[in-house]
Amino acid sequence: MTLLRTPLYALHEKKGAKMVPFAGYDMPVQYPLGVLKEHLHTRAHAGLFDVSHMGQVVLRGRSYDAVARALEALLPVDILNLPRGRQRYGFFTTPQGGVSDDLMLANRGDHIFMVVNAGCKIDDIAYLRRQLGPEITVKEITNRALLALQGPAAEAVLAVHHPMVADLGFMDVETVPLAGAECWVSRSGYTGEDGYEISVPVAAAEDLARALLQHSEVELIGLGARDSLRLEAGLCLYGHDIDTTSSPVEAGLAWAIQKSRRAQGDRAGGFPGEERILTELQEGPKRRRVGLLPQGRAPMREGVPLFASADAERPIGAITSGGFGPSLGRPVAMGYVPADMAVVDTQVFGEIRGKRLPLTVVKLPFTPANFKR
Amino acid sequence: MKYTEEHEWLRIEGDLVVVGITDHASAQLGDVVFVELPETGTIVAKDEEIVVIESVKAASDILSPLDGEIVEVNEALVATPSMVNDDPLGEAWFFKLKAADLGQMDDYLSEAGYKKLIG
Repeated sequence: MTLLRTPLYALHEKKGAKMVPFAGYDMPVQYPLGVLKEHLHTRAHAGLFDVSHMGQVVLRGRSYDAVARALEALLPVDILNLPRGRQRYGFFTTPQGGVSDDLMLANRGDHIFMVVNAGCKIDDIAYLRRQLGPEITVKEITNRALLALQGPAAEAVLAVHHPMVADLGFMDVETVPLAGAECWVSRSGYTGEDGYEISVPVAAAEDLARALLQHSEVELIGLGARDSLRLEAGLCLYGHDIDTTSSPVEAGLAWAIQKSRRAQGDRAGGFPGEERILTELQEGPKRRRVGLLPQGRAPMREGVPLFASADAERPIGAITSGGFGPSLGRPVAMGYVPADMAVVDTQVFGEIRGKRLPLTVVKLPFTPANFKR
Repeated sequence: MKYTEEHEWLRIEGDLVVVGITDHASAQLGDVVFVELPETGTIVAKDEEIVVIESVKAASDILSPLDGEIVEVNEALVATPSMVNDDPLGEAWFFKLKAADLGQMDDYLSEAGYKKLIG
């Protein structure tokens, strides 16, 4: 199958990107700077990411409320009371209480704008159309690219192009003219840093990217550093840290299930998998996603089995994301352990190359979040 | 200097063979963040996995290019794995080997042959 290309493909090639297949797209995994320096640059200055492979979806109905009510049947999230101009993290749940994708959704006045994972977007859109019925239109936005500008210098850089962006708070969304085009800007991202995600018309995408790259603070950042940034930030990667077998409560995402959707809430339940999810919210889950700090220098990656002791026979869980954390200068990991072991400072063992090496359960995130509150 | 198809270089130094990885290999690996070396005195067989090297992207092994005994390892790499990216052909050698049969060197590529291999 031929790989799809984002509107910035030519720019990636020109900037010397190493391209790899990802979710059906030919995507930049790193630029000549390299993963380590790209990561550190983003934390110190600003990084520009092409995330145009992700799914952008607009949902419309008679009114915002009508769309929100319909959508609340699919997500355990308070969408009805999401104020206009605000964005919220959420996820689709399965009838078994697992997660079929995680996403961002925004109240854009008369409609909802949603950003979903590239690898799930075809299924998500089909699911939305099937479930929401003819009253709600589900439109995939294919004439826009999606850029993320992340890092402590993001505000100063983007404000040069339009001062309005400086006034946005964390998770605010607004239509802002940038590079002569109508852009949908949110103050959000997936790196643990302050920054923006910018939905820009395809025709203006390269101009906007080039204009941002004119700033000495901005470097292009590939998927390699995007992954290590989100791992240090303790954020879940769909298909790795969360999937249809993990409940949002196990995954430590209960904060994204607002009171109104929990037991005794005014719109309690009414989403797929409510039985398992509401029960786990009250009684606690059997296992939990935790941060894990390998005690040695060896990175421990996805799939490494975890044991309660150096000689225990059966694994108690596994690492779901792991690697080297450039900002910490040491390996970091996340994984699932039984709830009674999901206690800070608990020691577990990971097995690599036939050796059991110790890891310590730690609080997430590894690097403090640097959001604009 | 000789080269293996596994992107290692071999350099004769007195009666020992010094082994490292090539520029090309170092660039392909990306930023190296972890190196695990064998213990000195280890008797190794040709093609045995004796070094673990991890970059930000993935883990890989370095094979012993010859039968012999490991007589010295470059401990500096353990503390500063990035040396492998900065100076793969010089400072960042991995181990020194007392070869059982230097004739095994003949199996490997010349510099010209290696350059042809990596295109």
